[in-house]
Amino acid sequence: MTAPLLITKRMTEHPADSHTIRRYESTGGYRQAKRALEMTRDDLVDEVKASGLLGRGGAAFSAGLKWSFLAPARPSYLVVNGDESEPGTFKDRQLLERDPHQMIEGIIITAVANEVHDAFVYIRGEYPKPARRVQTALDEAYANGYLGKGIFGSGYDLEVIIHLGAGAYICGEETALINSLEGLRGEPRLKPPYFPAAKGLYMMPTIVNNVETISNIPHILAMGAGKFAGLTASADTGTFMMSLSGHVRKPGNFELPHGITWRHLIYDIGGGIRDGRELKGWIPGGASAPWFIPSKHLDLEITKEATGAAGSMLGSGAVIVMDEDTCMVRAAERVVRFFSHESCGQCTPCREGTTWLEMILRRIEEGQGRAVDLDLMVDVSDGISIDLAWPPRMTTICPLGPSAVSPIIALRDFFRDEVDAHVTNGGCPFD
Amino acid sequence: MSHWPEATQDRARQIISRYPKKRSAVMPLLYLAMAEDGHLTDGGMEEVAEWCAITPAQVQSVASFYTMYKREKTGQYLISCCTSISCMLLGGDEVLAAVEDESGVPHGETDDEALLSVEHVECIGACGGAPAVQVNYELIEGVTPVKARELVNWLRAARPEVVNTDEMQQLFGGRRSFDWAIVEDGGAVGPYPAFQPLGTFQSEAST
Repeated sequence: MTAPLLITKRMTEHPADSHTIRRYESTGGYRQAKRALEMTRDDLVDEVKASGLLGRGGAAFSAGLKWSFLAPARPSYLVVNGDESEPGTFKDRQLLERDPHQMIEGIIITAVANEVHDAFVYIRGEYPKPARRVQTALDEAYANGYLGKGIFGSGYDLEVIIHLGAGAYICGEETALINSLEGLRGEPRLKPPYFPAAKGLYMMPTIVNNVETISNIPHILAMGAGKFAGLTASADTGTFMMSLSGHVRKPGNFELPHGITWRHLIYDIGGGIRDGRELKGWIPGGASAPWFIPSKHLDLEITKEATGAAGSMLGSGAVIVMDEDTCMVRAAERVVRFFSHESCGQCTPCREGTTWLEMILRRIEEGQGRAVDLDLMVDVSDGISIDLAWPPRMTTICPLGPSAVSPIIALRDFFRDEVDAHVTNGGCPFD
Repeated sequence: MSHWPEATQDRARQIISRYPKKRSAVMPLLYLAMAEDGHLTDGGMEEVAEWCAITPAQVQSVASFYTMYKREKTGQYLISCCTSISCMLLGGDEVLAAVEDESGVPHGETDDEALLSVEHVECIGACGGAPAVQVNYELIEGVTPVKARELVNWLRAARPEVVNTDEMQQLFGGRRSFDWAIVEDGGAVGPYPAFQPLGTFQSEAST
């Protein structure tokens, strides 16, 4: 099953200069932005809605629907979310570095569709090089009159600036990102009432879309919503960037059609497991996603629906592969440590729960675990995410807390023996 | 009254003018303050407060939220070793241990002459080229413990004024997340990201 490359086509065919405006324009770039200026807002929103494009930041919400929810108050704002920080994810970095004009054209179309004149690209602080590349591209676009006053000779003004983050995963959450952009601590806001489309940046209507989502917009206009929707046989439309890492022979970013199997992804595209070892498990959609194991999930299709039905999610498209020599307690500790470190501290279940989960996992790994510890972790997890249900039943403002529970579900359901072995062994059996 | 040199003040004015509201400039101005003093000082935060017309306490509440605003003395070279899940699976902990051992600087500390700071960090988006290390946020992918030791010694001996990602990748790196394709000039001159916003955004504040 194959689908054409869309958002990685230019960088694949023209690796030396895919980031330049010259190459972008010689391969069809900026034609759709010009067209968008001649279309009505309704037509643009309807086109994206009809394409079925789902947000690629992790939540997989319909981009067109999001646009259609934009409240009528003005000014409205656009924020492109380039705060990519979900462990395992490095696709936006490649899109920002290698094809920044594709995103800028997506920004122009999205701005026109949502009556936006001020757009922000929020790039994580640890990505100075992607930020430099995008700034150079913005400068080129300004110089050509594609941004600024009266873009493309029209009466439409559009300003775009980069806002650099400073090392906080939580700022990838859209309301936290908005707080960060306002010069506040990056703490998520309550939804309702603070849905960005109604009360976003400076309490005005705001569209927040991920870099990959925005990069798809010019392609939807170029090929038409119908063709974009029909690229794969599954209900999920378009292509999907997956970041493959861990114990595979060939890690990397791959733009793929929906509906291939995990087996195909890991063994064919990823080249299989290093040194011919056995696959033990993988995280299917970034560190927040509940884990999969070969005996149950290897032949499932990679679609939003199939992954959700199996109790996990495609999230940001990051697949972290672990071989038979991996200590799953240690892996769980590392994932939970991340969420503990990145918890903003507003909500007690997350702040306290992630801290305790991290400490209990560490004591198990270091040989001080007790037989009751797994049940204790399940109990603590239940306080963060009621019944450990999927999708989570929230006790917190944002999904960060429930994300920390995913490795605990994996230990409970698939790797209980390994936890027990740590306890009876008085330490890690893999050391 | 600003204590910053004229050029830095111009920069601050330019940054503030690019946002619809002054307070939004807090984060870029905090980086400016770090570049001025080598790390974020109380004086630097007071300066930012004045520029953004908020209190120093409000600035501190922002600065303390983000890990990249270093409020302690930080070395000329900040070595950040990723030990999140994908890097850990491929030896990130061993790379960190090698950096700590070779430099004599444990996680979260700075050496006596303020040359090297060492930290372990959460995911830096280099998982396809794990394990990864950054020096002043300039990336090196596919690092081994042996190469990590060489990196420490190179920073000590060569003391590059500008830390360039391509040069370091060439000297100390291995497998990358993807083809970087283009070699860059320049790089970082201190323990803060080498990025100068240059957009032409015009706001109500400036007009």
